[in-house]
Formats: sequence, C-alpha cells, structure tokens
Amino acid sequence: MATTMITTLDRSSRAAARGLSDISIRNLFIIPTVLFLIVFNIFPLIYSLGYSFTDFRASTNASANFVGLQNYRDLLNDPYVWSNFAITAKYVIISVAGQLLVGFGVAMLLNRDIPLKGLLTTLLLLPMMLSMAVVGLFWKLLYDPSFGIINYALGLGTFEWLSDPKMALYAVALTDIWMWSPFVMLLSLAGLSAVPKHLYEAAAIDRAGPFYTFFRITLPLVAPILMIAVIFRTMEAFKTFDLAYILTTQPTAELISIRLYKMAFQEWQTGRSCALAYIVLIMVLAITNIYVKYLNKVKER
Amino acid sequence: MRKLVTSVLAGIGLTLACGTSVYAQEKSLTIFWAEWDPANYLQELGNEYEKETGVKITVETTPWPDFQTKAFTEFNAHGDAYDMVVGDSQWLGAGSTGGHYVDLTDFFNKHKVGDVMAPATVKYYAEYPGGSSKYWAIPLEGDAVGWSYRKDWFEDPKEKEAFKAKYGYDLDVPKDFKALRDIAEFFYRPDQKKYGIAIYTDNSYDAMAMGFENALFSYGGELGDYSTYKVDGFINSDKAVAALDAYKELYKFTPPGWAKAFFVEDNQAITENLAAMSMNYFAFFPSLINEASNPNAKNTGFFANPPGPNGDQFAALGGQGISIVSYSQKQDESIKFLEWFIKDETQKKWAALGGYTCSAAVLKSPEFQNATPYNKAFYETMFKVKDFWAVPEYAELLQQLNQRVYPYMIGGQGTAKETLDALAADWNATFKKYGRGQ
Repeated sequence: MATTMITTLDRSSRAAARGLSDISIRNLFIIPTVLFLIVFNIFPLIYSLGYSFTDFRASTNASANFVGLQNYRDLLNDPYVWSNFAITAKYVIISVAGQLLVGFGVAMLLNRDIPLKGLLTTLLLLPMMLSMAVVGLFWKLLYDPSFGIINYALGLGTFEWLSDPKMALYAVALTDIWMWSPFVMLLSLAGLSAVPKHLYEAAAIDRAGPFYTFFRITLPLVAPILMIAVIFRTMEAFKTFDLAYILTTQPTAELISIRLYKMAFQEWQTGRSCALAYIVLIMVLAITNIYVKYLNKVKER
Repeated sequence: MRKLVTSVLAGIGLTLACGTSVYAQEKSLTIFWAEWDPANYLQELGNEYEKETGVKITVETTPWPDFQTKAFTEFNAHGDAYDMVVGDSQWLGAGSTGGHYVDLTDFFNKHKVGDVMAPATVKYYAEYPGGSSKYWAIPLEGDAVGWSYRKDWFEDPKEKEAFKAKYGYDLDVPKDFKALRDIAEFFYRPDQKKYGIAIYTDNSYDAMAMGFENALFSYGGELGDYSTYKVDGFINSDKAVAALDAYKELYKFTPPGWAKAFFVEDNQAITENLAAMSMNYFAFFPSLINEASNPNAKNTGFFANPPGPNGDQFAALGGQGISIVSYSQKQDESIKFLEWFIKDETQKKWAALGGYTCSAAVLKSPEFQNATPYNKAFYETMFKVKDFWAVPEYAELLQQLNQRVYPYMIGGQGTAKETLDALAADWNATFKKYGRGQ
C-alpha cells in the first residue's frame, strides 16, 4: 500500500486537476537535476578526457595538438608524481586510522548514560562544522614555533611542526584528525545505539568478559556503519587540498591535489593536468570499489 | 499570466535602461594589481586622473599568492573585467605570445618611452622577446631586492668590540657576501631569541628563485643564456654551485620555522626583533620606516645587495609594468591614461605618493634620492638588476627550481652540484619541449 501511495498521484490533488500525470510530475522534478548534472559534471568530465590526450595550454593561443597517451606516459614516469602519490597514501592511512581510533573511542565513551550528554556531543561536533581554510589558518598559528600555544603547552621549545620536512605531513594529518574524528564519532554513536541491549544482557548472563563482548558483539554489529565512515573519510582525505595548502609548502607534504593545482593553474599545463586528474579519479574509484565490496560482505554476515 | 509577462518585461526594460544610462554617464577604467601598498598609491594617483579628466580609475586587487592565477584565469577566458593589468615581469612572454596584451610598440616609439624610463626597466618590464624592440608594457613600479638591518644592533659598542675580536674586521654594513654570512652568524643567538638573518625560502611562487638569484648574480653566475636558452655550464657552473652553497649557509642563521618565508615574514623579522638583517623588495620598505607599522623604525637602516667574492654586484629584479588587456572594450581610454601616466609631472606625483617610479629623470633627481633612507640604495640597485626567464612557460621553470632547490636548501638532500645539474636537465627538457634554442 505504502509504495502505491508514493508513486501514483492523488486524484483529488491540484496537480491531477491540472491534467498532470504522475510521470510528468516526476520528470518535472528530475529533468532539471539531470540537465544540471550533465552541463556541470558529465560534460566537463568528458571534455577534459579529450584534453588529456592533447598538449593544450589554456594560457596561450596555440591550438591543441593530439599527443595520444604521451601525457599519461610522462606522468607515470615522473618520479615527483609518484612521490606525491606515496605521500598522499601515507597521509590517507595516518589520518583515516587516527580518525577511526579517536572517533570510535570517543563514541564508546559517550555511549552510556552521563549527564549533559547531548551538550557534550554537540560541542565535540564543532570542529567539523568549521571551514577547512579557517581550520588551516588557526592551526598554522597554533603550530607556530615562536608563539604557538602547542609548543608552549607541551614544553617543546621552538619545535618546528610545519617547517620540519619529516614532521610536516604528520602535523597536517593531526589537524585533519582533530577536524574529522567527530564525524566518525557521530556515525559510530548511531551504530552503537542500534546494537540490541538484549545481546549485552545475554553476554552478561554467560559471564563474557568486556573484551569478548566488544570483539564479538559490539564491533561486528557496528562494522558496516564504520565502513561507511571509512569510505567517506578515505575519499575526502585523498582529495585534501585546502588544509595542506594553507598549512605547509614542504615538498614532503605535497599531496597529489596540490601538485594537480600547481600544474593546472600555476603552470597552465591544461592537457597534462587533465590526464593527472583522470589518474586520480581512477584511483579513487578503484579504492572506493574495494571498500564497497568489503562493505557488502560485512553486511551479509 | 499576461500581467506576469508584462511585469517581467517591464522589469527587464528598466534594468537595461538603468544599466545603459550609468554606462553613458561615467567613463571608468579598471586596473588589476596585487594587494599591497603600491596599489593603494596607484589608486590615489587614479583619483587625481579622475579629477582632471572625469574618467574614474578603479584599482582592483587580490592577495599576492592568487594574483597570477586570477589574472591568467581572466585572460584565458578572454574576459574584459580588467582594462589594464600591472603584471609581473615574468608574464611578458605569456601575455604577449598568448595574445592577452596589446602591442604597445607604436606607443613606445611615438612617445619615446625608451628615453623616459630607466634602461633596465624598459628591458625587463616592457620588451619581449629580449632585444626584439617590441614592447608590451609601460614600466610602472620599479623594484628589486635589497636589505634592511638593525642599526642599533650594528652600532652597539659592545657588539662592535666582540665582532672585531672574533672576525678581525669592523662590524658595519656588509661589504660582500662573506661579511653578510659572518654578521648573520655573529647575531645568531637562539638562547636570546635573536637571529642573524631573514631570507626568502617560500617555494610556492618566485620567492625562492628571487632569494637565490641575489646570491647567484653577485657570485657572477647566470641562470642561462637568454638568447640561445643554453643552461648547461651556466646554472650548474662552479660559480652557481658556490652561490647556492652560500645561500644555503645563510639559512642556518634564520629564525626558527623559516621554511616558508617571503616578504611578510621578512619584514616581521625586523618589526618583531627577530633578525639583524632581512632581505626584501624595496616596495616593502615604506612600512619599515613608518613608526606605526615598525616599532624599530628609527633603528632600521638599508643597504643594497652586497657583491660576491669576485666583486660582481647584482640584485634580483621585482617590479611590474602596466599593460593593456587585449580583451578590454576601452583600449582607447586606456591609451589616454598611459599617455598621462608617462608625463614627467605624473611620475613626480607617483614618486611622491610612494610609488617607485621608473622615470630616469625623477630617479636621478636629488629630491627623490633624499626623500627616504632607502631611495639612494634603490637608485643604485636599479642599474644593476637581472631577472628570471620571461618565456611563457616561466611557471614550469620556477616550479622545477623550487622542486630541486628547496629540498637541498631546507631538507639538506644531496649536494649543490647535484641539485643544479638536475635543475639544468629539467630546464633543458622544458626548453626542448617548447622548441626553444639549442
């Protein structure tokens, strides 16, 4: 019954009185969105695929020449691009793992009856509501070796978080963890509160220890929703640009999106940057697909 | 329904009518530049022009890091948002061959601009390709890299005595790069939160290149041969290697966290009592003699980039020329503005407002040279400047320099020779890709 209510139009409605069928109503709502997607997403996507096989430069009047796979060949042979990918992979692993640990940990702590739980949760969510650029600017001040509050609080003297080639990437990841752990926490909380209470009661009756309860009941039941958090965060971390761009210029923290930006809008190598964008797109798609496969497997259990 | 259509049409009609009437009443020109003090001075100069002619001048600005990106995005879209642009000297190649700039060669010859402006400014801000006698801009803001220093630290008798005892000569404004290094080392005292020197290290645009060029040119090195695009034996010559080592040596004596420093940080080094000496463009010196922006204004002195070991003395060129954007609808009005701008009295006003005029007559006048503590150093520097490549692919060349030099300078990877050999190979490949020289 419920489904028919949604798909067919109420005969007494104003739309039906004007002679609109449910199909035309559906089209009315969907076609503008589809058109919008085609004009602003699909068309540029295909257009840039075309450019990726040329030596086109947007900054000159010279016409674009077809160069076949030359751009892809050059990029995949460029040690700098590979190092950018390696840096990005390292960054994704550190920041997503960190967010998962912190986010899930805080969610476990909050998943009980404590006073002011609602207020506490809301306050913890604040970091992810800020703009990335603002977070970057604030953390740049916090990390400052001369007057930053982090060195002052930890008694690190003039430790150079962002100027130290070895530390810079971790510093950016730390900021990302601070900002996005609340997101993982929020999803985990939803997952945790959905675990049926009677399972815990049964475990208690069977005298199961806290570790056993956690690994055999809590984790498997929250896993699917955690996987969703991981997918979202991996995709986002892979694309990180503003945060890292504002915080540091260390080559050891140059993520692939920063390389892409420089290639496209500072050097104006339009054709080559299109090719790089496609390589990144394919990678993100592949990684996401692996996750989705795994997610489906987890859900089946 | 008919009512709706009528009202919509009336609305559109009204908007159009208002739009055109405003357009007809006010003539206006928009000039695009980066967000800094000279742009404010140019706006004041523009206000004078409006008083005289009724044509409104608007100087639109954007922060330096976005300047190049925003300007070229507009050019590439063939947009007419800006009638004129005060573009960096490196843009000449891209601006002229890309068809973004109007050819000003006739204007140049008609008004003899080559005689009005100082020769170096014409060569680097206006002409492309080098030696072609084709001109694309009018030199507007002359600029080069110079140094500021703390006079009170330098003149302290105790410091003078200690310096003489340690290095065997008097502490004074550095006579050469060796003295620059010694003084930097002498004042480097992390325990007192005092440091020796502030230099450019930012690798996002041209900061690193400009800083390194100061050492390179004074050591007698070159980036390459600008006419044949040969770089082997130039950028990786022994002189260039020594220059890079000298520049890296200075980095040891910088304040902590000095790995992304450009003009803002380098002026802060003086205002925040961090460093004894600081490299910066002359264009940023006005705020250093202003008590409101520099508490040490009275104790700040200035000197030109010192010579290298063989006595060569050069400095890296900054500064910009003003070009007419070829997509502008108001090119004739823009020409009129430029005709007014190159007049002697306008150039005098420009200098008085704080702009760094390129007019040879004004530069040579004693009133200009005595107007500020740094004008004399500026006048001297403007006759011994050299610049980066101005080819359309300059941004790729800059990126390659950043990619090679930064890990060596800041991260200590490899040696200077390896770094510059690799850079020469990168540049060769880039020039080959665009079919230049060789």
